[in-house]
Amino acid sequence: MRGPNIKREWIYGWLLLLPAMVFLFAFTHIPAITTVLNSFFSTPRGRRPAKFLGLGNYERMLDDPVFWKVFWNNLWFALGTIPVSIALAIVMALWVNEKLTGRSFVRMAYFTPTVLPLIAVANIWMFFYTPGFGLFDQITGFLFGWPASNYLGNPDTALNAIIVVTVWKEAGFFMIFYLAALQAIPVSLKEAAQIEGAGRWTIFWRITFPLLMPTTLFVCVNAVINSFRLVDHIFILTDGGPDNASALLLFYIYEVAFRFWETAYGATLTVALLVLLSLLAIGQFFFFDRKVHYK
Amino acid sequence: MLKSTFLKAVAATALSFSTWASAQAVDLQFYFPVAVGGKAAETIQELTDAYAAQNPDVKIDAVYAGSYQDTVAKAITASRGGNPPQLSVILSVDMFTLIDEDLIVPFDDYLSTQEDKAWVDGFYPAFMENSQTGGKTYGIPFQRSTPVLYWNKEAFKEAGLNPDVAPQTWDEMVEFGRKLTKKDASGNVTQWGVRIPSSGFPYWLFQGLAIENGAILANAEGNKTHFDDPKVVEALQYLVDLSTKYEVMAPGIIEWGATPKAFFEGQTAMMWTSTGNLTNVRNNAPFDFGVAMLPANVQRGAPTGGGNFYLFKGASEEQTKAAVKFVQWITAPEQSAKWTIATGYVAPRAETWETETMKAYTADFAPALVARDQLEFAKAELSTYQNQRVTGIFNDALAAAITGKKDPATALKEAQAQADAILAEYR
Repeated sequence: MRGPNIKREWIYGWLLLLPAMVFLFAFTHIPAITTVLNSFFSTPRGRRPAKFLGLGNYERMLDDPVFWKVFWNNLWFALGTIPVSIALAIVMALWVNEKLTGRSFVRMAYFTPTVLPLIAVANIWMFFYTPGFGLFDQITGFLFGWPASNYLGNPDTALNAIIVVTVWKEAGFFMIFYLAALQAIPVSLKEAAQIEGAGRWTIFWRITFPLLMPTTLFVCVNAVINSFRLVDHIFILTDGGPDNASALLLFYIYEVAFRFWETAYGATLTVALLVLLSLLAIGQFFFFDRKVHYK
Repeated sequence: MLKSTFLKAVAATALSFSTWASAQAVDLQFYFPVAVGGKAAETIQELTDAYAAQNPDVKIDAVYAGSYQDTVAKAITASRGGNPPQLSVILSVDMFTLIDEDLIVPFDDYLSTQEDKAWVDGFYPAFMENSQTGGKTYGIPFQRSTPVLYWNKEAFKEAGLNPDVAPQTWDEMVEFGRKLTKKDASGNVTQWGVRIPSSGFPYWLFQGLAIENGAILANAEGNKTHFDDPKVVEALQYLVDLSTKYEVMAPGIIEWGATPKAFFEGQTAMMWTSTGNLTNVRNNAPFDFGVAMLPANVQRGAPTGGGNFYLFKGASEEQTKAAVKFVQWITAPEQSAKWTIATGYVAPRAETWETETMKAYTADFAPALVARDQLEFAKAELSTYQNQRVTGIFNDALAAAITGKKDPATALKEAQAQADAILAEYR
């Protein structure tokens, strides 16, 4: 009696899972597995089929100066964007959480960069950065009499110029999470502290900030992922140049796979990115998780 | 409920498959990129509509596929997915890549009559250099361009130069540039002498300098480059010197997109850019401007650029024949004239310039002739196997030299070594 019943439930269960599973496999698991497999072969060209190379592509990656350059660029990019955008987000959230006139207008203004598509944003910033008649040069030229600057065309400043755009774009998004978290903090805690004579800074540092920790973890994870994921604006602003000074890992992967059509080497770089991201995610949860919750 | 939804889904899938199948039988799919401002996309649509009206048996689906980069990526991806377009406009320099990927067929098999052969010979030889290899014609020139020098006549007058004479040599360009570079009281430059944009693909305009200095960057077989040739090093030194030694050009990487705007704003008195910008400059420059050939050093010279028609593998015999007929029609004088006037691209056949339409246009606007006359000195654009990668290496080397991170000789020597490593397997 029980046998067929269990079997039927089992079939039902799998049938219910099937639609989601088909998509998950078709767009996530199978491509991931083929990527790993491809990274061990040479790129097939029309006239030459793929050859097994073993770890050849990985050796090439370790010897590739451009790979190391974009790797360090990416770490610098992460270091430049994550702390600054989180700090800015907290400051903005604290400010628009207060009772001030035109509060919803300020909130909206802070959130606007998030709504704009990154490509459009890049085109606007492109004009800001334009040497000579761009917005920044007009302002600095008018106020201080500075000469024309070429932020995007100089290897020393190109990546920093891109970091600024990214922070501007991201901070508003993170602010929304902090704003929600701030409103969930009971006012009684703050009042109790005030009765005890705590100053504003002590209240922030001892009460608000620790209670925001779960949000900070969430925002941190997102910021790390974004620092490896957001490359759209690079295509518009610098195209990775000059001499790869502003290229990031994902940008380089796109370039190798879809401009140079070296799909196998592109797969190798993707595996490297995947490993790096997994390590970062594990690290974040492992180290932060214990300190996140206020006890 | 579930069952009916399922049935609908099956029906919809079956329907889309059947329309797809029938589309394959009668349609001609044609990808085209748009790389310049103006009315390029509209004009292509108008032309294909006109062709469809004259030839009811052919249905052409002209698909705007983005930039040149996007178009070649789309065409390669579609081909690998088993659904190639029958026809596409792609950069002429991607010819070796497309051959290497085994995606295109030469036009020769479909051009058997004497008349057809004469038609191929009717294109300017400078444009055919990037279109033929191994004795076969893989590309038919369509939206082709070449860089020219634009100059601001008012700025010339102000600097005490003859407003109707452009610099003819490298030395003259420096000499004029020095007179044209203006500084304000605090020593900041308000107007540069010349602007040679270098963002994204610095190799193209640099190639103009290299050819003028008597160098050829790659062989016709596309498997050997000459990046470390002393003449190339000398040309790069000149480009670097323009901003460091002579101080007539802004330092660092100069943006392509902002170049016409900088010219209109008076930020630079001369600029090097594509003839594809001719219509744009004509409509927007608030002053009198002139157009000249690029200045010479040991010889005159310029690269060609732009896109060719390619025939893709995987089409039926009828489709390919129809595609060839369409290409012959759209490059014929009347259509070609219309295209040239709308965009500024150089009409690739001498006979187009003989039409009444073109004669009226050039009588009214003589600068349009400069690009055509320069073709006599033009050489093939840098093109090799694994073109994007080899050119990418070269671009990085140029950028490193322009930004002062490496000296020209070292940068080019390293680039040559990397290019050799890639191209060795094609020799």
